[in-house]
Amino acid sequence: MSMKVSSRQVDGVTIVDCSGRITLGEGSVVLKDAIRELLSKGQKKILLNLGDVSYIDSSGIGELVSAFTTVRNQGGELKLLNLTKKVHDLLQITKLYTVFDVKDDEATAVKSF
Amino acid sequence: MHRGRANYRIRYEKAFLSVKVGRLETLLSPPVMFPDSEAMTNHRVSYTLDSTLETVDSAERTATRIATEAGFDDDEVMRIAMAVREAAVNAVLHGNAYDPGKKVSLEFERVGEDLVITIRDQGKGMDLNKIPDPLAPENLLKTSGRGIFLIRSFMDEVQIHPSQAGTEIKLIKHVHGSSGGGKEASQ
Repeated sequence: MSMKVSSRQVDGVTIVDCSGRITLGEGSVVLKDAIRELLSKGQKKILLNLGDVSYIDSSGIGELVSAFTTVRNQGGELKLLNLTKKVHDLLQITKLYTVFDVKDDEATAVKSF
Repeated sequence: MHRGRANYRIRYEKAFLSVKVGRLETLLSPPVMFPDSEAMTNHRVSYTLDSTLETVDSAERTATRIATEAGFDDDEVMRIAMAVREAAVNAVLHGNAYDPGKKVSLEFERVGEDLVITIRDQGKGMDLNKIPDPLAPENLLKTSGRGIFLIRSFMDEVQIHPSQAGTEIKLIKHVHGSSGGGKEASQ
């Protein structure tokens, strides 16, 4: 299953709903393009909803890190929402769980920006 | 064999008997499969693959199928398949650098209680001293360099054999062993 993204606005925060696989190739490119497009529109409060992301490989992890640093370097914030167990475990063993601001409730996450 | 598609040769071997059974155009439905985990004992299946992204996906799918047939649970199958995917990525990208003249070999073998997976490329050989520690604070926000770390995390034993003719990485999972651990014997 290839990766799909769609975005919506909630109280000034852009929620990016991701589904599928964030892996080397198409998945990583889709995420990179989505972040780039949001930043070009000045949307710098970004909440990545990964609830329907079934799989991430090391390239996908790299793309999440890239998105995080790119948004931060432009004065914005990128947070993660609704990690599946697989993604949660991956971020734990790579020690990235403490780097990212991870939320499990959308309303709380939106208010945290 | 169609140009632009991976050429696969599967060899099915038992002890010293080696029987070439044919060429395939896809890894999705190979004609020779392990009928069950018992039949994998001392058996081996190997593939020769092009240096393409398709190979990475195919390697992951094949690992998923074979690990499932070997009796691993869903979590272990995911870990094995991810380790194979990461090793295939290294072989295709960093080893062979997408060179269409270079191949990746992928081999699955049941050795006693172990599932042994070997991936070889035809690159210049990985420099083990240049593999960064992705958990080091200065590397945490790097966008690459986690593949070998994930492989070590998900497999029971990892052996890396770089040479000027390419890199061979051997991934070992104990069929009835505990998960993870990442013991390594790099040479």
